[in-house]
Amino acid sequence: MPAGSNAAAAVAVEVPVRLVSLYQKHEKVQPRTVSGWFQNWRWALVWFTQLLFYGLPWLPWNGRPAVLFELEARRFYLFDLVLYPQDFIYLAALLIISAYSLFLFTAVAGRLWCGYACPQTVYTEIFMWIERTIEGNRAARIKRDEGPWNLDKLWRKSAKQGAWVGLSLWTGFTFVGYFTPIRHLWAESFTLAFGPWEWFWVLFYALATYGFAGHLREQVCKYMCPYARFQSAMFDKDTLVITYDTARGEPRGSRGRGDDLQAKGLGSCIDCGLCVQVCPTGIDIRRGLQYECIGCAACIDVCDSVMDKMHYPRGLVRYDTQNHLDQPSRAAGIGARVLRPRVLAYSTILLAILVAMGASLALRHPFKVDVIRDRGVMSRLGPQGEVQNVYRLQLMNASEQPQRFRFQVEGLPGLAVAAGASGPMEPVAEVGGSQARWVALTLEIPPDKAQSLKPGSHPVAIIVQALDARDARPLGLIKEKTTFVVPR
Amino acid sequence: MADFVSPSWSLFVAAVTVLGLLACLVLLLVASRRKVMATDNTTGHVWDEDLRELNNPLPRWWMGLFVLTVVFAAIYLTLYPGLGAHQGSLQWSSQAQFEQEQKKAQDALVQTYTRFVSMDAAALAADPQARAIGERLFVNNCAACHGSDARGSKGFPNLTDSDWLHGGSLEQIKETVTKGRIGNMPPMAAAVGTAEDARNLAHYVMSLSGSPHNSLAAQAGKAKFGACAGCHGADGRGNTTLGAPNLTDKVWLHGWGEQAIVNIIQKGKVNAMPAQDKLLTADQIHVLAGYVWGLSNTPLKVTAR
Repeated sequence: MPAGSNAAAAVAVEVPVRLVSLYQKHEKVQPRTVSGWFQNWRWALVWFTQLLFYGLPWLPWNGRPAVLFELEARRFYLFDLVLYPQDFIYLAALLIISAYSLFLFTAVAGRLWCGYACPQTVYTEIFMWIERTIEGNRAARIKRDEGPWNLDKLWRKSAKQGAWVGLSLWTGFTFVGYFTPIRHLWAESFTLAFGPWEWFWVLFYALATYGFAGHLREQVCKYMCPYARFQSAMFDKDTLVITYDTARGEPRGSRGRGDDLQAKGLGSCIDCGLCVQVCPTGIDIRRGLQYECIGCAACIDVCDSVMDKMHYPRGLVRYDTQNHLDQPSRAAGIGARVLRPRVLAYSTILLAILVAMGASLALRHPFKVDVIRDRGVMSRLGPQGEVQNVYRLQLMNASEQPQRFRFQVEGLPGLAVAAGASGPMEPVAEVGGSQARWVALTLEIPPDKAQSLKPGSHPVAIIVQALDARDARPLGLIKEKTTFVVPR
Repeated sequence: MADFVSPSWSLFVAAVTVLGLLACLVLLLVASRRKVMATDNTTGHVWDEDLRELNNPLPRWWMGLFVLTVVFAAIYLTLYPGLGAHQGSLQWSSQAQFEQEQKKAQDALVQTYTRFVSMDAAALAADPQARAIGERLFVNNCAACHGSDARGSKGFPNLTDSDWLHGGSLEQIKETVTKGRIGNMPPMAAAVGTAEDARNLAHYVMSLSGSPHNSLAAQAGKAKFGACAGCHGADGRGNTTLGAPNLTDKVWLHGWGEQAIVNIIQKGKVNAMPAQDKLLTADQIHVLAGYVWGLSNTPLKVTAR
């Protein structure tokens, strides 16, 4: 028997059969409070995004909220824009823009979105602020959590939960305020007269906020978030990531202030462990880039403050690229390969879509037209032998002022809109603000002109002109292609 | 379960379901623990030179979610049908839900129409809401034959002129919509005589409306009109009681010209308007008839009365 198997057998005998669980009890991460340049940026973004989120539904515009998504009527109001489900392409464009922005920012500077703007991060930040305002800093929290229940623990925990629930409910309320006018919803809230769906979404969104920001926190990023995992596909060696300068920091160890590093054989890292204590996902950045790292830069701020105290240069933990770390002597520095093909490609595509969407919105007609040939009448002869075809037009007013519509036709000699004094056919139709309406339209060709036409289908076009109903200001023309059938 | 006659099938299905759920629970618990194979938190296996499988544990509440799905299934199967032939303690069925929603919609419908029931034709035609409802009813139920602009086509009457086969009062329109109509022109070849006679008669019919015709032929055909006068009247003005068309106007429902008229005389024609009473309520027909009446009685004409 070879010696190797003997050794393996010996190990197998030594280790008794043990069982290990595939699931572990979650240990709460209690991050230490930190302040600094990057944390100021994070708070600035918390304020910016949340003022926008909580404030926008309250902003009045044309006698309604500036942003209102009316799902039942299928009208989506964005400041002066009235969007129909037919404008879905803009939502698609918006999502593509978001996706390419994510790609671009990630390629340049890693998980910027996660660290600064993601709602999960932002709400966790707010909830942690509530927690430390009521329960105190990290050490106090850990001590109280381990200690017995007493009056102090009871009231602090209750106050925290109360504040969390209150903020969550307000968040759920605001969310629903994007779909129901929020002032109306506010009036309803005094008598708790919400509709069943309003109740559901207020409570559901509140529960999600409370659960994700209060309890799950970093676990959302670690176990649930798909972005967290696929962003690493956009990283390369020139991507800025939050990283520990191993060459400078190691060997780590404690020392007195002013000790000679060379003499003691130490690097810059004093092994104070603060970078681990401030980390909201509970990792040690000194072990290198890890998938749990959300790029919040808390470790940079805290390490910089320690370096200042030690009178060492800042930046032991910093934003840097892998290439620059490998070749620190490179003159061009970390910005050398910012404009690399990947970044240029993302930027070009992003710019192209932005321009296309902007142009499309700017040149957009404030109305829509859909032409459908009548289901019943293919073609018929009128009382004087004129050839008639019937069409149904859907006129959609994509503004908030009433519009008047006029119709012209082209494509065949003698083709005209039939004058109909009676019946549902109108040569001029009026449609109210953000309303849609079906109108029947009869086109005809006089008998003498019709005789020279081949039987069958002929391409024609209906030109619809919209006018502002109040001052007759022309709002544009839409030309819709259709066919005109001449009977045999 | 209607195809499975024996009640033991129901028991069998229920047993499989319950056992399946229990098996899921057992599997969850058994598979949540694993033997330690190596001292470095791996399985001890190495693939492709350096690939090793770490035990990277999920949070425990995640397993709680798995257990919750089984609990949910148990609650669901108690409340709703699903466990064999068990109907569920809520006694829910899709048919009952459908009927409930239908009833709700019908009640709402009655509410909407209350205002219109007592209106007469002129009031209906002048009321914008009644007109809008009428237009939608027309488009969904009538436009397939009469056209979206209600002007009909060959074989389908124009509803915007004042020519009525069965009468144009609100009550008559309602009767037409509710019960439908059958227009029956019998084949008259035998009564009229030869093909020549039929041609002459056709020219006489054309002369009644002042349409272009051969006056000699018309003179010769006049004598044969006796066969038509029973329904269309001696003067050819038709009879709305019988649904016999007026021949003195220029409305030619089944085509204009000598050949078209000869065909109708010789072969006859049966034309049908289907009854709508199964599809629409009496209130809906009332509003729809008001709309149709309004098509040929424009607001101008109404005010003039």
